[in-house]
Amino acid sequence: MEPSERIRERFAAARAAGRTALITYLTVGDPRPERTPALALALERGGADILELGVPFSDPIADGPVIQEASDRALKAGTTVERVLESAAEIRRRSEMAIVLFSYINPLMRYGFDRLCRDARAAGVDGVLITDLSVEEAEEPVEAMQRHGLDRIFLAAPTSTDRRLELVARYSSGFVYVVSRTGVTGTRESVSGGVEELARRLRARTALPLAVGFGISKRAHVEEVGRYADGAVVGSAVMRVVHESADAELETRLERLCRELNGTA
Amino acid sequence: MTEKTMQGPDERGHFGPYGGRYVPETLMGPLEELERAFYEAQRDEAFQRELKELLETYAGRPTPLYEARRLSEELGGARIFLKREDLLHTGAHKINNCLGQILLARRMGKRRIIAETGAGQHGVATASVCALFGMECVVYMGEEDMRRQRLNVFRMRLLGAKVVGVKTGSRTLKDAVSEAMRDWVTNVESTHYLLGSALGAHPYPMMVREFHRVTGEEARRQILERAGRLPDAVIACVGGGSNAIGIFTAFIPDERVQLIGVEAGGRKIEPGEHAARFAGGSPGVLQGAYSYLLQNGDGQVLLTHSVSAGLDYALVGPEHAWLHDQGRAEYVAASDRQALEAARRLSRAEGIIPALESAHAVAEAIRRAPEAKGRIFLVNLSGRGDKDTDIYRENFPELDADNGAE
Repeated sequence: MEPSERIRERFAAARAAGRTALITYLTVGDPRPERTPALALALERGGADILELGVPFSDPIADGPVIQEASDRALKAGTTVERVLESAAEIRRRSEMAIVLFSYINPLMRYGFDRLCRDARAAGVDGVLITDLSVEEAEEPVEAMQRHGLDRIFLAAPTSTDRRLELVARYSSGFVYVVSRTGVTGTRESVSGGVEELARRLRARTALPLAVGFGISKRAHVEEVGRYADGAVVGSAVMRVVHESADAELETRLERLCRELNGTA
Repeated sequence: MTEKTMQGPDERGHFGPYGGRYVPETLMGPLEELERAFYEAQRDEAFQRELKELLETYAGRPTPLYEARRLSEELGGARIFLKREDLLHTGAHKINNCLGQILLARRMGKRRIIAETGAGQHGVATASVCALFGMECVVYMGEEDMRRQRLNVFRMRLLGAKVVGVKTGSRTLKDAVSEAMRDWVTNVESTHYLLGSALGAHPYPMMVREFHRVTGEEARRQILERAGRLPDAVIACVGGGSNAIGIFTAFIPDERVQLIGVEAGGRKIEPGEHAARFAGGSPGVLQGAYSYLLQNGDGQVLLTHSVSAGLDYALVGPEHAWLHDQGRAEYVAASDRQALEAARRLSRAEGIIPALESAHAVAEAIRRAPEAKGRIFLVNLSGRGDKDTDIYRENFPELDADNGAE
């Protein structure tokens, strides 16, 4: 299948406008699966360029408390991979935002990689990021993603050796997700100083856009990251708003959060 | 079946299709560093000498091989031998691996040690070696397990460790592993994760096996001396599978020796009621490794139950999955009730109170022995029962009635 171009186009458009691309994460199904599409569209109205749709998992080892709890609520509300793909399709009918499926490997493995990638592409998904998939184990899922024209997004971390960054660069398409610091997801007061050096090491190895995530929650963080990267990923800050807002206010609050992050509030 | 096909793993940590490294990129560099350090230490005579000396003088190796004559006579069939890992310092086989890994941590310049624990045996062993080497020690333990294994929580604290209660999920071993992994991914520069079973991402399953293989090597030598031949069956309980792989490894090339792993059958083999991965599971990924996993149709990990906290885990160690698929080892389940009865029976017949985990292996030996006249069973008695006194009291109330009728 022809590769999806949305991720590339979204980064190019943000760059042309002199902006840092805003990538927002939503755990599908929190507070309820039927709410996810409207929340995603609110993020888009606020200026999000790319949406990460998080598949909830029972044992999220890379996540801090905010996303752990969001996953618990989503699972209790009956969220499945099928339901995530339905959400993606509904968002796609009303939006041209790029969509990345964001998951731990086991729910996708259980669904079957080829079937997953076929159904995801049909639903309008543009790329897949699997948190606990190392490039060493990636052969089968990557082949399935390629076969169905999906971008393959891998993580680069402060602990990645040069040899590992080469591998990550070689396997990735769409963009590279740069983990700002060692640790789990969650908001922090400041962005780690070491990430700029990591971005520089990656630039020497790939022409793909770089998006920095983990700990990004405010406009100042987006501005700081924008000096050396092409995009900023905001996850826990979004899910905190989802958790703390009254249901009727969710869309307004999420739209406002994106405007604040983009400096257009 | 050759030794070559059965051993392993390959250079990426695969036992057949199982094992591997399914972790966030942040942990990949550190796992590579650990693997390198482990291989170097394996070749370093000074390291091996120090480990051997600690195993002998601190842990109490070699452990005896004991023939359970009264139990065997009662059952009227097989001769049952017990490998007495329960006599090791800290009360279980776990100390073998802890001594190996603490030396490795020191070699890598790590000063802070974290660990998960289920029954608390690995936590106590970790706390002990941290005290011995003057290292900071943080142990993650599910709150449900802290409740069932209160004595071990106190022992860890007495040894200077910090015990962190885990409130997520079923509040048992799996949740403690997740919390330990989150700590490790955050503090990976300063910290060694002293994983306590043959689980997790490569090199852990291989490394933990290597630090425990001494059990099987001793037992094989001892039984040849004592019985004049190899056993017909080697029986061990399997949670993650460290004590089982420790005793199996030396016998894997001996094709005629049956290897039997005993999982926790819990209350019954229905979702959420047991921890028998080979009875109710299918291949999947949990906490770094691909192996048999108790999961639902959406790939979500199921809750587990076992009366023994140390067997109460949703994934089996990947090498066991491979031994299972190859037909080299057989895996069965013993229920909570069978394990409790086995513990009482061994206590009365031999004066040995086993850990509830090890009681699952004893239960399988008891089940098979009457039909096995002339055969020799080697059972890994991996831990002692002191820690389980509260659970035995709850389950044998008739022994606890304070009516002065004694």
